[in-house]
Parts: sequence; C-alpha cells; structure tokens
Amino acid sequence: MFLINCPYCGERDQSEFISGGEAHIARPKQPTELNDDQWAEYLFMRKNIKGVQFERWNHAHGCRKWFNVARDTSNDKIEKVYKMGEQPPKL
Amino acid sequence: MSKNLRINNKQFVDETRKLSFVFNGKKLYGYKGDTLASALLSNNIHLVGRSFKYHRPRGIMTSGSEEPNAILQIGNDDALTEPNVRATEIELYDGLICNSQNCWPSVKFDIGGINNFLSPLLPAGFYYKTFMWPASFWEKYEYFIRKSAGLGKSPTKQDPDMYDHRYMHCDILIVGGGVSGLIAAKIASDDNKKVLLLEDKELLGGSLIYDDNDISKIDNQKSSEWLKRLIDNINNDKNIIIKTRTSLAAYHNYNFLLARQNLTDHLSVNDRNNKIRQRLYKIRAKKVIISTGAIERPQIFHNNDRPGIMLASAVKKYIDYYGVRCGLENVLFTNNDSAYETALSLHNSGTKLNAIIDIRDNSSSEIVTKIKSLGIQIYWNHTIVNTKGYKRIKKVTVMKLNDKGNDVIGKKIELNCDCLAISGGWTPMVHLFTQSGGKLKFDNKDNIFVPDKTNLNQLSIGSAKGDFELDDVLINSIKDTKKFLQIENSNFDKIDVKCSKEKEKKNIWLLPSDKPLSKTKPFLDYQNDSTAKDIKLALREGFKSIEHVKRYTTTGMGTDQGKLANMHALGIVADTTNTNMGDLGTTTFRPPYTPLTFGTIVGRNVGQFFDVFRKTPMHDWHVDNNAKFENVGQWKRAWYYPKDGESMHDTVQRESKAARKSSGILDASTLGKIDIQGTDANEFLNRVYTNAWSKLQVGKCRYGLMLNEDGMVYDDGVTTKLGENHYLMTTTTGGAANVMSKLEDYLQTEWPELNVFLTSVTDHYATASVCGPNAKKIINKIFKDLDLSDESFPHMSFKEVKLGDINCRVMRISFTGELSYEINVEASYGKYIWEKCIEAGKEFNITPYGTETMHLLRAEKGFIIVGQDTDGTMTPVDLQMDWIISKKKYDFIGKRSLYRSDTIREDRKQLVGLLTDDPNEILEEGAQIVKDENKKPVNMLGHVTSSYFSPTLKKSIALAVLKEGKQLKGQKLLVPMINKTIKVTVSDTVFLDKKNERING
Ligand SMILES: [Zn+2]
Repeated sequence: MFLINCPYCGERDQSEFISGGEAHIARPKQPTELNDDQWAEYLFMRKNIKGVQFERWNHAHGCRKWFNVARDTSNDKIEKVYKMGEQPPKL
Repeated sequence: MSKNLRINNKQFVDETRKLSFVFNGKKLYGYKGDTLASALLSNNIHLVGRSFKYHRPRGIMTSGSEEPNAILQIGNDDALTEPNVRATEIELYDGLICNSQNCWPSVKFDIGGINNFLSPLLPAGFYYKTFMWPASFWEKYEYFIRKSAGLGKSPTKQDPDMYDHRYMHCDILIVGGGVSGLIAAKIASDDNKKVLLLEDKELLGGSLIYDDNDISKIDNQKSSEWLKRLIDNINNDKNIIIKTRTSLAAYHNYNFLLARQNLTDHLSVNDRNNKIRQRLYKIRAKKVIISTGAIERPQIFHNNDRPGIMLASAVKKYIDYYGVRCGLENVLFTNNDSAYETALSLHNSGTKLNAIIDIRDNSSSEIVTKIKSLGIQIYWNHTIVNTKGYKRIKKVTVMKLNDKGNDVIGKKIELNCDCLAISGGWTPMVHLFTQSGGKLKFDNKDNIFVPDKTNLNQLSIGSAKGDFELDDVLINSIKDTKKFLQIENSNFDKIDVKCSKEKEKKNIWLLPSDKPLSKTKPFLDYQNDSTAKDIKLALREGFKSIEHVKRYTTTGMGTDQGKLANMHALGIVADTTNTNMGDLGTTTFRPPYTPLTFGTIVGRNVGQFFDVFRKTPMHDWHVDNNAKFENVGQWKRAWYYPKDGESMHDTVQRESKAARKSSGILDASTLGKIDIQGTDANEFLNRVYTNAWSKLQVGKCRYGLMLNEDGMVYDDGVTTKLGENHYLMTTTTGGAANVMSKLEDYLQTEWPELNVFLTSVTDHYATASVCGPNAKKIINKIFKDLDLSDESFPHMSFKEVKLGDINCRVMRISFTGELSYEINVEASYGKYIWEKCIEAGKEFNITPYGTETMHLLRAEKGFIIVGQDTDGTMTPVDLQMDWIISKKKYDFIGKRSLYRSDTIREDRKQLVGLLTDDPNEILEEGAQIVKDENKKPVNMLGHVTSSYFSPTLKKSIALAVLKEGKQLKGQKLLVPMINKTIKVTVSDTVFLDKKNERING
C-alpha cells in the first residue's frame, strides 16, 4: 500500500488510484497505415522491466486525472510524479 | 496453587484478586496479573499438549509469543471458542476455560503417542513420500491426516463479538515498549515529534522492568527503578500515545503497518458485554523504530523437549515477574552469561539450583564470579547428552566435551531435576524488518542475522538489532535514535550504565551425544516435531535451498513460525554443507508476525456491511411488492416479482406474457449514465463507438457498440442527443464505472485537443421503462399534452416534457422489441413517477417485471447482453453485428484490430441461436456444444450463453457461441449433459418478430 503524490491533489493512499500500465506509448495517429506486426507492437508489447518504469496512474477516487509515475518495480519506490504530456525524468 | 511454587509479594501480580479457571476439566486458581501459563505453572502443571507428529508430551517452554508447545483451545462455546491460543500470551481472567489440543482421549494418555515409537517410520518428508501415491487414495489419506493433525477446533457458530478498525498517523512509530523503545520515545518526544508507542504486553518496560538483581545499574540506581521513573515520565507525556496489549501484525511498504489491540480478552466473560473485542490499527508512520527485542535460543541436544525443559529467560520471568517457581530442583544449561541472571533469580528467591552446565571453558564476569561464590556447582566444558522423564523431566545426563566440541568424553554424570532451564544465546527479532523488505546480514561473531539495508525510513535498535547487554542496549539506542532523528543532544547523553556480563559465548548448533545421531531426538521445531536428523536427511536427499529444506522437513511451519530454533536449523545446514550462514540466507518471514483473528481482519465489514450496495429510488416499492433481488455489480436489482406461491419460472412466464400482450414496467435506473458536453462531443462519439454519429439530429437516440482497442466488444448502450453539443450516454449497469474511466483516459491522454467534458450522472436520474402494445395509452394518460404520434415521436427519439414541476426526459427506445418509453426524472422523483405509471397502467394490467424477464424478452429478439453473450473475446463480426461497423469512418477505438489476421479468421466462435428438438427442453447456460460425443477427445465447438423458455413462442430458445457458427445454420448438434444428451439445431439469433413490427405497437 504505497502513497502517490497526485500532481493535482497531493499525497494520497494507493487505494484511491488505478494503474494504467506502461506510459509513453502513444496511440498511433493512423492505425490503418500499420501492418499487423506494427499494430501488435502498440497493442500488446510491454517492457515490464525490473527497475524504474514509467507508468500511467489515474486518481480514480479523487480528481479523476491521469498522470505519469516513475516507479521502481522492485521496491515500489516512486522516483517522480509528472503530468501527462511532460517528458519522463532522466535517471 | 501449590504453596511452595508461589513466591509472595511480587508487584506485578495482585494476590488480593484470586481468579478461578478450568484446565482440562479441572478447576484451578491463579491471580490477577498471571498469564494462563504462569497460573498453570503455579499449579505445578507443565504438561499441556502433545506434539504434532509423534504426540510426545510437551510442556510450557517460554513466556512469550515464541511459545511452540502451550497452545490451547480457549472457551467451550460453539461461537466463542478459539483454537491455537498461546498460554503464555493470554492474561488470566476469572472463569477461563481451556483444553489441550492434539491429544485423544487425554493429554496424559494419548493414543497418538504410539507415533513416538513408530518414529523411525516417520522421517522427514514422510507425508510427501507416503501419501503421494496412488493419487486416487488421496481422499482417504486426507481424512486420516486431518484427524490426527488436529491443531484445535474452529468455532462452528457466528462470531458474536464486535471488532473495529482505526487509521492512525504519526511522526514516529515505536514498536516495542522495552527499555530501548522507551528511550527512543522520550528522545523523539523531547524533539516535539508525535510518537505512537506499541507494546504487546499489558505493561511497558520489557524484561528490565522485573530485573531484580542489583548488579546492573543505570545512573547508580537499580536498573528497574530507573526504568520505572522513565515510564512515569512517558505516561505523562502529551506527545506520546501509548497502546498496550497491541501487537504489530504486519509491516508493509511505505511505512504502512497493521497492529492489533486486545481490548477485552483479559476480562472475565461477563465484563465483555457490548465492548469491542479487538481493534486493528492501520498506521502510516513517517518514521518507524523497531525495538522488539530478542528471543532466547534453546540448545539442541538429545531429548531436549520434555515437559519441564524451559528457556532460562522464561524461568527468570516466571520467578521475578509472576512470582512462580517452575521447579523445586533446577538445573541450568547454557553457553553464555545471561543464564547466570536466572541463577541469581533462583538463588535470591530461595529456589534450589542443583547445578549449572556450561559448554564454555570458563567465564570471569562479575555475575559468574558471584554465582561461583554462592557455591553453586558449575560443570564447565560439559554438555547434556540425554534427559529422562516422560511427562516431566526427572534427570539429565551430562558429559564432558572434547577439544573440538564435536564429541563427548569421560564419565556420564546424572543430575536430578524437575526443571531444566536452557539458554543458547539470543536471536534478534528481525521479522518485522524483513517483512518490510529489509535485507539482513550475518554477524559471524554473535552468529545472528541483523538488519542491514532498507529502503524505508526505519531503524532497529536494542536487542532487535543485536545489542544484548544492558550497556550496549542503552548507549547504542540513544546514539542510533539521535542520528536517525537528526538530533544533536538528548537528556540521556550522560547516562552511566554498569553491566556485569561477559559478551563471549560459545556456539555449537547441534550438541554431540554419546549416541549416534540416528538414535537421538534433538528437536529443532517442537510444534512440527522436526529434528536435526530430519534436516540432515533432507540434505542427503538432495535438498539445497533453505526454503526447500524448510518445507520438506516442515521446520518452522507451525503456528509459532519456528521463532525458537530456525537459527539452529540454518546452522546445522551450514555446518553440514560447509557453507557460510550468511551465504545461506534465511527463510522468508511473512505477516502476520503473530496470528490474527478473522474478526480483526474484517472488522465491521460483516453482514449487511460486508460490501457497499446501491439501491434505486424505487427500491422500497420493489420490496413492498415482493420483489426478489439480484446483485448486478453493487446494485440490488429487482429480479422477479413472485405472486403468492409462484416459482421463479412461473413468475417470468407471467411477467413476459403481460409485457408482450399488454404492458410491463421495468426499473432501468441502474443503467450507467454519462452526460457528455462540449463542442467536440460529436467527434468524440465517432471515435469511441463503431458506428457513425455525425448525422444524428437533436432529439434523436442511437444505439452504439464500444470496443476495446483489441477489437473486442466492451460495452453497449443508447446515446441521446439532448442539444447541439450535449449528449446523454447510457452504459451497461456493470460497466458504467469502467466506461467512464476509459473515456476519461482517451480524453486526457490521447485526445487532449478535444473540447469534451464528461460527468457521471448515473445516480442523478431514475428511469422507469414502460413497454408493450398498450404503452402508448399509459404514457398518454400521464403526459396528456405530449404528441405521441409516430410522426412526431418516432422510435429512437426523445422529448423533454413537464409533469407539474418535474422535468421528464422521455425516450422512445426499446430493449424488448415492444413499443416502449423510458421516463427519466431526477432521482428524488423516481418513486413518484414509477407509482404514476403503475396507477395509469392499472386498467392495462401493467406488470412490473425484473431483470430475468427482461433477459428473456431481449433474447427472443436476439439482443445481446455484453458480459453474458460476450466474454471479452467477441468482435462485432463474431456477434453477427457487422451492420454497426461504419465503413466510412477513418478510425475508432478498436477499428484496426478488426482486420488483424486473428480477428478475420473464419473459424472464430460466433453468436448463433439454438433450438432444442424437444421444445420443452431448456438448455443450461454454460453447457458445451459438440458434434460427435463418441470420438474422444470430444471436440468442444462452443457453449450456451443465454437460455429461456419463451411463453410467447411456446418453446425453448437459446443463444450460443459456436465455432464457425455462421456456416452452421440448420445443422444438428448435441449438448451432452450429465445424464442425457440434448439434440439441438442451429438457428437465427432472432426468434420473434423478425420484421420489427411490434416496435410500433
Ligand atoms: Zn488527484
């Protein structure tokens, strides 16, 4: 049960949030131009790394805003929280 | 109470308050302040249970939570009885009833004891080896294993007690109210921090509070006196919240901790009425200080498990705290100085100490010198090779150790005793530290694992970090706490500690005996009866990982989680395999640290509070009209409305006939409703639904299908265009929250350029849906001025009207295939409008129907229910709903996936109708469909998703998903059931009114 510092509301309990998986995977602007492999790459392939991972989180039981989190998957330590559209931190 | 076992005038036990209790049917007495264990010991009762495998007699061994043997069944009430309670942890109360577990017919004569003589046949892994084969015998084996396993009985009735949860926040959480925890609390408080101090016992002070000897001194005062003054100080400190009788159960990431407080377990049963029994604290701490202390280790020698063999520290606590002698003829067996404190307590209390056996060569500390001067016989460099006495220890056999300490030499010496106090040094309680993800390191000098690295803001101090002597404990606790809290000076900086012990000890994990190992029983895990021999056998059989050795031998797997002798098990593995203990690592410590009751875990979330449930504004009407309810998500939905004596089947037949013949009414308030506004709202709908929305006019409704990006159907519903840039979307009842979240996701992350705002309005509106050939007449009676002609108010359109002051949104949409109107009003008018419809419909026999009839009516029309006829693997094409996929739109969610190689496969499962050859046979939902049931393995072609008996069609109808279903229309297939095979024919999915004529009444 970790704490997440929502960029809009401040630090709240994890139970208020839902996770949206890996971040910075933009939906292709022209899906019809992609072949099956390219579309599958967007749709299914995720890194699932051990270490700091950039993820999307949603303050579902709060302000309902989506934002990004840099979280170490090995110990749940959150290195940084940043808004949608912002660049991931350099680590 | 035996007179010569009870020492009077002990300050922690109130001799003016005599309490009676019953142990194994016998009435006994103790005092307020006793634990059940100390009360039993004061009655000269050591034998309290039988071991798990060999049923060997076992006695009270410790004075704390590490107790492996004295686990009892408390209470004899079917609802209140509690198994596996440690006698050392339960405070005595008047009227306590307890019984031994794991023995039949009695603890003194136990039939399972024969296992002890069969023990050569019960080696490590016995259960795995024997009960594995043949697999078909497992059911029989399980019966016997469970019967002879017998660790207590569960209550069979509902728990009548009340439990509570509470959140707490603090700057500093201190776990353990011994001397180091108290010092840390005071330092933190003096620095103006909010401190929460947890102590699992009734009183603060740990083991120093009852230390009566005057060898160790703090600031020139007797250490217990010094500590009492500190406790007085802390009790009056406003920065410190103290919770006693509170044990920490779990230490999670981000300093989130769970602690359980016992509030009534120490009271007599009559005093517990209407009080909360236990409370679970959910604690968020900025910093955590662990001062949980250490557990004394036993020593591992042949027959080290007899009743009367106890930890030396426990023997000392029973004398100094409870005023109870554990024996009248005592022998001490040690490898370090701390047992000499027990010797001093025995001496000071006038209790006979026959001898001390010490495996070391000598010690010249002040305390040992003092014991020597008292004339007590000390056998240096000796060990115990055997013990005697079945239900209580009677004798120990002692021999001299050789130079290497791996064998015994010389003559056997026999010593009489009725209590053997053993000490093998100390093990820091690092359980909480490791639970929190901390990594341990091995200290080769003291042979202990100590806290090393952690990601959390935490600190271990005192003996929990490996400081065992008073001077180390105090001075390092002060130093470590100051550093942790970044404090320059404290009021303890000039502390003066005088300590008397030597820190040297001698460590032999498995003591030698004059007999070969195979002929001995040196117990490591008393509860699970695993011995050093079992560990060695496991290693011989090829187990290497300590986690595997643990499971194979069951060492450390009892209710005490091997708190006592896990270290010895590790040590023996390390010795046998020539490995450094640090490289071997430890087994995992999992929460809870001490067992929790289920009641504490669930707290108030029982009965009607088990889960949140949602009611529609018409709920009370449904209740008054005998509705049966079904759970849909968190909603309670009216399921069907049986009239006196009607079965569910009969009810549904009646309700559906009425809806088709005249009129029916459904509470549709639970459907998810999302208000969509903004200049790009239309574009947004185009992107989230598969069909086109550009040409929808204000006042019109449209059905939409929503996919996941993988092309699978996700949700469906009707959306109404209320205004130029204003829509009302409905979703399935169960999918509402997820749809809302998904739409927000796309708006905020993929399409932030769209000017669209979403508001969940599910709870804001109530919906009554009136359907049937007479629906128009009923609506006309309610809204007299509303033009209901098909020209003015056609199917799939909407009008806003007023009923008095109530704004009503009326949609002409249908999920039943009948002419139907949905009236949406603000939720507070929901029951009013519902009753209005019932009243207006009376002359047309308006019949309220529930979800079951709704399902039947829509199935007759072949309308899908997302989540029933779909399961996340169905595309619109699979559902034969190709018509709803726009060919013109460039993109929508899931579009690209509709022509992936997998989704265009011809042999996917597709939605079809099924008709049974016997029209009265109703298929079971979920039943498998096959073509040939004789050719094995039978090829499964699909399964039934919806099935009903249609009273209108007078036959059974079903929807199913079927491999290549589209091509199979007219084919005969089989549905094999447990006692028959049902013949079916594949049909169209629309069973009734294929031309959609009923929609206009
Ligand atoms: Zn927020």
